[in-house]
Amino acid sequence: MAKSTTAHDEHSHSDYPKGWRRWVYSTSNKDIGVMYLVFSIIAGLVGAALSIGIRMELQHPGMQIFGDPQMFNVFTTGHALVMVFFVVMPATMGGFANYFAPVMIGAPETAFPRINNIAFWLLVPAFLLLLISMFVPGAAGSTGFGGGWTAYPPLSSAGPEGHPGPAMDLAILSLHIAGASSILGSINLITTIFNMRAPGMTLHKMPLFAWAVLVTAFLLLLSLPVLAGAITMLLTDRNFGTTFFKPDGGGDPILFQHLFWFFGHPEVYIMILPGFGMVSHIVSTFSKKPIFGYLGMAYAMVAIGVVGFIVWAHHMYTVGMSVNAQAYFVFATMVIAVPTGVKIFSWIATMWGGSISLRTPMLWAIGFIFLFTVGGVTGVVLSNAGIDRALHDTYYVVAHFHYVLSLGAVFSIFAGWYYWFPKMFGYMYNETIGKLHFWVTFIGVNLVFFPQHFLGMAGMPRRYADYPEAFAGWNYVSSIGSYISGFAVLIFLFGVFEAFAKKRQAADNPWGEGATTLEWTLPSPPPYHHFSTLPQIK
Amino acid sequence: MLLGSRFACRLLAVFAATFSAAPAFASMGQPSPWQINFQDAATPIMEQIHSFNTFINIIIVAITLFVLVLLAICVIRFSEKRNPVPSKTTHNTLLEVAWSVVPVLILVVIAIPSFRLLYAQYDFPKADLTIKVTGLQWFWKIEYQTAEAPAADPSAAAATPAQAAAPQPDFEFDVRILPKEQVGDQPYLLAVDNVAVVPVGKVVRVQVTGGDVIHAFAVPSFGVKIDAVPGRLNETWFRADREGIYYGQCSELCGKDHAFMPIAFRVVSEPEYQAWLAQARQQFAMNPEPRTVADASVALGR
Repeated sequence: MAKSTTAHDEHSHSDYPKGWRRWVYSTSNKDIGVMYLVFSIIAGLVGAALSIGIRMELQHPGMQIFGDPQMFNVFTTGHALVMVFFVVMPATMGGFANYFAPVMIGAPETAFPRINNIAFWLLVPAFLLLLISMFVPGAAGSTGFGGGWTAYPPLSSAGPEGHPGPAMDLAILSLHIAGASSILGSINLITTIFNMRAPGMTLHKMPLFAWAVLVTAFLLLLSLPVLAGAITMLLTDRNFGTTFFKPDGGGDPILFQHLFWFFGHPEVYIMILPGFGMVSHIVSTFSKKPIFGYLGMAYAMVAIGVVGFIVWAHHMYTVGMSVNAQAYFVFATMVIAVPTGVKIFSWIATMWGGSISLRTPMLWAIGFIFLFTVGGVTGVVLSNAGIDRALHDTYYVVAHFHYVLSLGAVFSIFAGWYYWFPKMFGYMYNETIGKLHFWVTFIGVNLVFFPQHFLGMAGMPRRYADYPEAFAGWNYVSSIGSYISGFAVLIFLFGVFEAFAKKRQAADNPWGEGATTLEWTLPSPPPYHHFSTLPQIK
Repeated sequence: MLLGSRFACRLLAVFAATFSAAPAFASMGQPSPWQINFQDAATPIMEQIHSFNTFINIIIVAITLFVLVLLAICVIRFSEKRNPVPSKTTHNTLLEVAWSVVPVLILVVIAIPSFRLLYAQYDFPKADLTIKVTGLQWFWKIEYQTAEAPAADPSAAAATPAQAAAPQPDFEFDVRILPKEQVGDQPYLLAVDNVAVVPVGKVVRVQVTGGDVIHAFAVPSFGVKIDAVPGRLNETWFRADREGIYYGQCSELCGKDHAFMPIAFRVVSEPEYQAWLAQARQQFAMNPEPRTVADASVALGR
């Protein structure tokens, strides 16, 4: 940490590995961050391909591309697991958090660089296990696990009614390894943020992205072990004759749901909180104004993180819970709307009176704020158990969570990608391609998901491979939207290719006076040892 | 680009169709093309869901438009060109308190009718009729418990269904999807071979359980949805006030043919119901063999 002499810097090129060793043996938070982002893009292509398969099937009534409806279930399950565990989490908590949280707090590295390395490399076998799972026997007469990402037993059990084949076991192992990876990554980030802030960087001066990462890391650390416990019990139910979730042995399938959602609800905040942090910086940078209500913003995230742990059973209003328990979860869930509202209004107040430049990252950030609001208000609708009775497990829920995740989290990831692209890679992206990517995505995803509110209201259940004729219209619109979104992915890839081909050198701070966090004081891309002397924070 | 323009053409066609099909929005017992709202209510609970939905939709649309307008004002009025010198304001205590307190008030306003609805759903009236619905891969089994039931205290029965003096099941039948060739003018994927018949204006208690994996019993026009969980006996109720046929679909992923196990209710007048009951008792008469005993011995032997 004290490598601060310039003499040392001059031959620093020899003290780190080159070639493949630089990546495989990497202990650099920045290189590991880049690897996470590349991993996330690759997994994202797989996840997007699965989603387009889903929409192709649902484009018209009747079975279209899948002969067996179970294959459709395998696609929906795979899409969800890939997107949650191998796209959004690696991009936010793997990529951006590893790269920028240490830089923003003025730390020269993360606390445990080797743990950081193993955390990334665990993700690769986890992803491979999940992919292999899709090709080995699952339910009778088919391959892959098709029980939804929630994996509720008895459908995920080894009985003839469930998935007797090894596909489910491989998926469980995949989640175990991905979970271990996330827990290791979280320990590293928490330790870094608590112990390695530069002199003068108090918690209350820490950039909001670092706050977001800190809260998210705690959520991961506290929720993932519960998932690990639940799926371990599932694994022993499947293979070693235990009956945790089997009613005929005294177990309870609903117990699994409680354990799953005790993890699953914090998980959705895990996916969105780092995005909150990124959007805060982007809105501030391109409004050329400091963040409005900084402390409120930081503690709103803490509040969301805390309350996020006590609302899990709002996913379970129809399981037959007592009415008073449902009333409690209605109340607790509604409470979350308050800190979320604080964040939305603080972003708007940050823009208010600013001098706004609509560069690509800002477009994505504004798109995020609006679409997250849409997903947020439908969340308030769903929080009410009374109306959730009608909407539970319909496409309204699918629309809601894609507005906050596919349009919320993914928009924040693209905002962060364009914002930090010049810093990470040293090249400027093409502004026109970036804006085109935004607009095509914006139109595409809204066409996919807005009509799904209508389908859900009309009663179309989710996870249906085929639907009555009456649902055909909005499903067709939704499928068209998905092809437009797929086209937008190609624009994105072309934009990346173009930037690396043209090699327009990026300035250290391409965004001007609004960009005030420490990463903009470094060269683009930052040197291997980015802070040879620790920055002093006033 | 060719691909893009073809999409655009299709989209235009889709939107043209949307507006021409507008009159078909209302629906009873089943969805209709381009529908954007709930199916019509056949029960008081669903009516209450409808009115709560209208109420909360006004609020959420207003909030969304408010945020949209604020964003638009920011982007237009505070653009680089119009406002080259940014303000340095970072705090406004009054504003920050306001945007914390006003949402709380809005949530209280939402919570009052919300809790009223929730408790109404769980306010079980005295049942006129009890049916037991079992979700199975991939069909439903419906048991009618219509024999002269002892006049048990309905609230006690609701609280502890297992201990209540359960009336003997009169008959049971399977509800399976009608194949496409047989649906005639009924909606495919909703039409079933055996439609359950219930009397209009009577409280039907529905006991729900799962036979293999978790399914969910749902009939949108009745405003009911409850999971069919193996090892549990869940309970819900409805009182259909309008005659007609009402379709529901399994609403919890249950495997391969999850999308292919609808359920249907025909709500009829009391005389028609009695006539159906007499006919159904004949048609679905339980096997006189002591089947359950035999099954139990098999289970014990295992």
